[in-house]
Amino acid sequence: MFNSYTENTLEYDEKLCINCRMCSTVCPHGVFSGGADKARLVNKKSCMECGACQLNCPTGAITVESGVGCAYAMMWSALTGKKEVTCGCDDDAGSCCAPTTTQLFKSER
Amino acid sequence: MVFNDTGYSIKTTTGKLTYGNRFDHILARLGYKRSKHSVEPGLYAIGTPAQDSPVFVSASYTLSFDALRSALSGTDAYILVLDTKGINVWCAAGKGTFGTDELVHRIESTGLKNIITHRTLIVPQLGATGISAHKVRTRSGFRVEYGPVHASDLPEYMKTRKATPGMRRVRFTLRDRITLIPVELFFVPLPFIIAVVIISLLGGLMTAAAVVTAILAGIVLFPILLPWIPTKDFSTKGFIIGALSAFPFAIWAFNTTHDASLLLRYGSALVYMLAMPSITAFFALNFTGSTTFTSVTGVRREIYAHVPTMASMLVTALTLVVVLVILRYGGM
Repeated sequence: MFNSYTENTLEYDEKLCINCRMCSTVCPHGVFSGGADKARLVNKKSCMECGACQLNCPTGAITVESGVGCAYAMMWSALTGKKEVTCGCDDDAGSCCAPTTTQLFKSER
Repeated sequence: MVFNDTGYSIKTTTGKLTYGNRFDHILARLGYKRSKHSVEPGLYAIGTPAQDSPVFVSASYTLSFDALRSALSGTDAYILVLDTKGINVWCAAGKGTFGTDELVHRIESTGLKNIITHRTLIVPQLGATGISAHKVRTRSGFRVEYGPVHASDLPEYMKTRKATPGMRRVRFTLRDRITLIPVELFFVPLPFIIAVVIISLLGGLMTAAAVVTAILAGIVLFPILLPWIPTKDFSTKGFIIGALSAFPFAIWAFNTTHDASLLLRYGSALVYMLAMPSITAFFALNFTGSTTFTSVTGVRREIYAHVPTMASMLVTALTLVVVLVILRYGGM
């Protein structure tokens, strides 16, 4: 109950890897490391599910359910049964999901 | 704005930030008119670029664009600004506005192919969340080269066109966390402000002070102390900070009710110990959206694990208030 971050949706199929090194380049948390002939998944627990590796893997060797982890949006969708809005970035400046009231009301559009 | 001999428009910019720019940055950091800190999308020339000069891709957010152009001060280059509706690179990439479609479209609409001879674009690394390099290549013929996370590393990066592992990492320093506080503060949801006013009218100043303290503990104290609070979950970290800040209020409640029965005194103290941590934990949980490392899966698990606890703590506290008022003034 004190660590909800032990699991994530990142999956890597080494057989499909062509060692283009894109995943280790784009990952902001060093989850992948460039190996001799295949990329290596070295730090899976640090994955934040941003989806950059999946999007830039030309062979589809990586899958991850990416999304903006906005707690407000998730709670709102859980309460209303509406589809999860990505986040309130329409109104947002510095951070992705600073809590805003307008965000909640705007998501109803 | 200049028109080159190909007839496409190229805007000009410099690497120098004016006082006006810096003032705009302060307003953006405060969250004032959040979507209004935007730059016109399109192609910009910085210095006097030639056909073989590098092209850097940026977002139409003043903080992003200004960080890039000030890092490029003294160099001759092009900046291709994508239309991200005034949102920074990473957030826009997460939304998809800083994405493959927009990049391909912007390459076309600016006539970039007629302006430069090479076919390489330097894209900020965090843009990779929205841009698929191989798809951009197939659709536009341009090769995407992912530069460092921070524009400030560009001068070093351009010497070798290789990023060190440090340049590829996102961190979340004390300074980063403190920078976020004003924007979070300015956007304390309206219902909470209304609640504080109502509470201060009903329950007196000390009760209102307790609510404000619980909120500030979640919005100011929590981000600062984040890495040093035990436990991994933001909610449980929030419960800890909330309980610590509730303790003085609980003692105060216990002491000021010294003429009442012991049950009532402990009950009054318990109200603070239940209500305040649940409020702080709620704000702490919401801070996950501002961090650079929490995953959707983890946040979702946290919500299911801790929000019911927060809600029941608050409901218990409010029920207890009613019971205590009846006990005290109901002549029992």
